[in-house]
Amino acid sequence: MKQTLYQYTMPGGHHWSFRMRRGNLLRLTDVLGGANVGMLFYNPENLLERYNAPDTLKAQHTFKLTQGNCLYSDMGRSLASIIEDTFGWHDTVCGNLSKQRCRAQYGHHSYQEHRNGWQLSGEESFLTELAKYGLTERDMAANLNLFSKVVTTDEGQLVYDSDAPKPGARVTLRFDMDALVILHTCPHPLNPATEYPRRRVAMEILTGTPVTADDECLNHRPENRRALENNRLYYQDPITSFIAEGVHHD
Amino acid sequence: MIKESPLHLADAHFREVIPAGDYFIKVVRAGEILRILDLEGNQAADTLFYNAQDPAERYSATDTVREQGNVYLTAGSLLISNRGNPMLEIVADTCGRHDTLGGACASESNTVRYDLAKRCMHSCRDSWMLAIAEHEEFGLDKRDITHNINFFMNVPVTAQGGLTFADGISAPGKYVELKARMDVIVLVSNCPQLNNPCNGYNPTPVEVAIWN
Repeated sequence: MKQTLYQYTMPGGHHWSFRMRRGNLLRLTDVLGGANVGMLFYNPENLLERYNAPDTLKAQHTFKLTQGNCLYSDMGRSLASIIEDTFGWHDTVCGNLSKQRCRAQYGHHSYQEHRNGWQLSGEESFLTELAKYGLTERDMAANLNLFSKVVTTDEGQLVYDSDAPKPGARVTLRFDMDALVILHTCPHPLNPATEYPRRRVAMEILTGTPVTADDECLNHRPENRRALENNRLYYQDPITSFIAEGVHHD
Repeated sequence: MIKESPLHLADAHFREVIPAGDYFIKVVRAGEILRILDLEGNQAADTLFYNAQDPAERYSATDTVREQGNVYLTAGSLLISNRGNPMLEIVADTCGRHDTLGGACASESNTVRYDLAKRCMHSCRDSWMLAIAEHEEFGLDKRDITHNINFFMNVPVTAQGGLTFADGISAPGKYVELKARMDVIVLVSNCPQLNNPCNGYNPTPVEVAIWN
């Protein structure tokens, strides 16, 4: 039985960071439709281990992220698994809205003039949260953009799908490692809106259940099974190996 | 886009062959032209760039693909930094398409992609770790080893959101040429991967040439 540990509805256009415990779930809901959640993950025990988008895409032969996918660290482990997704296609290659682009697209809305209605970029938001942990722009890897769908044409052109947003779309992440979560609710960098989109996101932290043999993410690809086996080595869990036949040697 | 260069190797002021499994690190000055040459075909040159005056500014795969609105790199592509500045421009390309989504191989990701028993096989990121350890003068550390370009690698994205590792479109003698817009540190790992059909399980040398 899942137990809700914490609930918070985060306003659009803001930033936050917190630590997730291994095994717990983070459920995010795009309440109105049209939200974007920029996310980065770090291993709190070694901040040099962090979410790696290329490794995530390459290992699972995918450009989009959705239910069944694991989010890989650069150390061959699963930081989190997407165990539920009613949205279907999340971007992790387009990066972040820069401060400069935010001002050019939406105008300059300073704190002095607009107070909590100021218009922050994803770049400023990540830099602010990263600095709380001694991290800088050097640590700002390619981020996840939840609730933003970007497709490609045959020639590789990137196309932002303005019809993708769904009110109530929900994503649940199961953390396979303890993780420092850095996030913002600022607009996606390819969102063509002329007015700054400010969409709240409901967040819920729940207790999870251990990964079982029939787990969708574990079984999604053999790579995910090996990544979760690497997690088992990291935590040295006294559980049965995810790799039934053990490690082969040449 | 295929675009040939008017430059001749005989006029280059610097030439060096990088064997597979080795790294290459050097400053290329603004205005200089850097060629990477696939000597035997279907090799991957995993490459990172940094602003030589301030390496916290570096090549950014996300900013580059977003600003050009396309996931593939070729002649005409501007390589954009994490601060939104153009660092280099691809001025010639006889291969036609280069990848910047797939990242570099690592000992750790080899265990995931291929087999847990592949842990102790050489990888691009291990080459970079040794490069930054042996060249402290550049001030780089692990946090600077970010998302790279795979010159000569073909990683098509499908309309359904798949990522495929297609047969190489490179061949012996194909090259890519970049003009530096600022002084840059170039860091190349000539990929040692033995488990990937992309290079026919046969990693081979590449050559670097620089013109004034």
